[in-house]
Amino acid sequence: MNAVLQSKIQRRMRQMLLCPPDYYGIEYEINPWMSIAQAAEVSVAQEQWKQLHATLSKLCTVNLIAPQPGLPDMVFTANAGLTVGRKFIPSNFRHKERAGEQPFFAKWMAQHDYEVEWLPEKLYFEGEGDALFGNDVLFCGYKFRSDIQSHRAIAEMLRCLVISVELVDPRFYHLDTCFCPLPDGGGFWFPSAFDEYGQRAIREHMTDLIDVAPEEAMHFSCNAVVIDRDIVLPEGAPQLVSSLQERGYRCHPLSMTEFIKAGGACKCLTMFMPQREAID
Amino acid sequence: MFSETIELRGHIIDSLILPKVLDQILTHGGNFKITEVQIGRKRADQSFARIEVSTETGEALDELILRLRQQGAEVIERANAQVVAAPADGVFPSEFYVTTNQQTFVRVDGKEIEVTPGIINSAIAVDQKKETARAVKFFDVKKGDAIVVGHQGIRVVPVQRTTTRTDPFQFINNIVDAEEPKSAIIREIAEELRRARSAGGKIAVVAGPAIVRTGAGGYLVRLIEGKYIDRLFTGNAFAAYDVERALFGTSLGLNPDVAIVRGGHENQLRAINTIREAGGIARAVHEKILMSGIMHASVQHDVDIVLIGAIGDEGPIPGVTTDVIECEKILREKLRDVTHVILLATLRYSLAIGAFLANNVKTVCVDIDRTAVERAVERQPLQSIGLVTDVEPFLRELADNLATR
Repeated sequence: MNAVLQSKIQRRMRQMLLCPPDYYGIEYEINPWMSIAQAAEVSVAQEQWKQLHATLSKLCTVNLIAPQPGLPDMVFTANAGLTVGRKFIPSNFRHKERAGEQPFFAKWMAQHDYEVEWLPEKLYFEGEGDALFGNDVLFCGYKFRSDIQSHRAIAEMLRCLVISVELVDPRFYHLDTCFCPLPDGGGFWFPSAFDEYGQRAIREHMTDLIDVAPEEAMHFSCNAVVIDRDIVLPEGAPQLVSSLQERGYRCHPLSMTEFIKAGGACKCLTMFMPQREAID
Repeated sequence: MFSETIELRGHIIDSLILPKVLDQILTHGGNFKITEVQIGRKRADQSFARIEVSTETGEALDELILRLRQQGAEVIERANAQVVAAPADGVFPSEFYVTTNQQTFVRVDGKEIEVTPGIINSAIAVDQKKETARAVKFFDVKKGDAIVVGHQGIRVVPVQRTTTRTDPFQFINNIVDAEEPKSAIIREIAEELRRARSAGGKIAVVAGPAIVRTGAGGYLVRLIEGKYIDRLFTGNAFAAYDVERALFGTSLGLNPDVAIVRGGHENQLRAINTIREAGGIARAVHEKILMSGIMHASVQHDVDIVLIGAIGDEGPIPGVTTDVIECEKILREKLRDVTHVILLATLRYSLAIGAFLANNVKTVCVDIDRTAVERAVERQPLQSIGLVTDVEPFLRELADNLATR
């Protein structure tokens, strides 16, 4: 048995869903990072995605969904939905530009034996992008993309405690752009992306929070994929990397410049399947 | 005041959504009342809160509700009040809503309008253009007036009992019986009247003839001289006894100062005749025909005298209103700005007054008959004090208390 396979077994074979960036590009503007005038370099973007794919493949099993023409943001699979155990809750996208992704993701998950459970249509919810587990607590962001009303529905579907936190900085429009829980109960975050109540609620439910400096947060440093002790994150956060290394994490910084132009990075490009096992 | 009811559901305690919503209401100048709250027992259990949100203006409410919706607040849609045109002058449509004496709001075109004045046993006439809602009696209503029917779209706000002991009207609230001590409560009442006088309140006394007949008139005069009475509601008999006492030393032939009866009933008629001859109480005072007594003091100290007639009245004395409908109109008008009412030994008049008192008027009722006190006090359950006693010792002690400072 080779070392990589052994490592995967030890990690209980975490599975992720990615979407190749065949049709990726800045074709509309739905967040402050996007500018049609500032296009992503296609070849560079593809190279960056390949690096991400290669890095993750060493850490977990990577599944791919076929990209679709006309859906440039489908590459950001974190917004496909939220997977817990064998249950998949598809997103209801706020922007019509992304709404077309939903049926492809739902179909793929159903074909792979996930039980698809739908939210009411009128509730906006953008999947793992706005829903991250810190141990058994599900932290959910709201206002820019997801509605707080969707959190209540998610809590009922998953029968877990949901901490709803309001996002107040439009640059950090999804929870996974400013908050990243760690398996030891701690996490790292950019506090000023939250209102004071959100900050208090997070502090009350997490131990050992690392505050990310504003200049590092602007490099999407919080948009990181955590697989056990390995953390895959965008380049440009030496202070954060050092803090994480002190806590015994291995960091894998990657260049993500072409995806940051669309307001996404490592975490946005991935969805855990599942993010955690079903809650008893 | 404008209000809406919102509901919050979910993990609103752990997420601090409930405190955030309450803070937002207050920081945006609103007020809230939590009418129901259920806290989840287990970790995954969701909680629930129903909150009444109110603001001074409709615009402020709309803006606030918009903010609260972003925090997950769901607004409970309330129906508008239903109105039907009055079928004829003086006739309400069937099923018309009958007011209580609690503060009442009706919802018209999605807006809440307060019903004024806040008086009991009336219908509600709505003017959609002017956005007003009036409590109307039979004599007010004209054919075609829009009258509220049923209970939909009506919100009644009961007076809240305070939790502090600063207001004697809200913590005593019981009838002090004949055999119970009264000095402490009379001291509290005196203190309240002092506060009312300095705060610009309007104090009304509703006086029964027993005050004059028991010889307590002098104490009432002291209250008038001390500026503790702004308006005096009484009847023809009271005025006649008072004038008789001033002119002849008797009231209905009795002299309260001596034990032996002198004079007779004729004194009352002679007194009334004197006032009629003078052209009224005020003129009798100005012409120095009437030189003492309660009526005299009232004229001298600009107390507004409201005289209401009754069957069996002799005279009447000029200035007494004898048309009952006219009397009701006068009572409603003259009680509109009153903040404190002292009902002294007159059941019939007390009940009539009660029909026009807003629920926030503080009321003291003194009568020797417990049933009379009970009936007067039950109209103002959270704002009244009843004392079962002869009116003379009450007034004496009150006057003494008010004279001490």
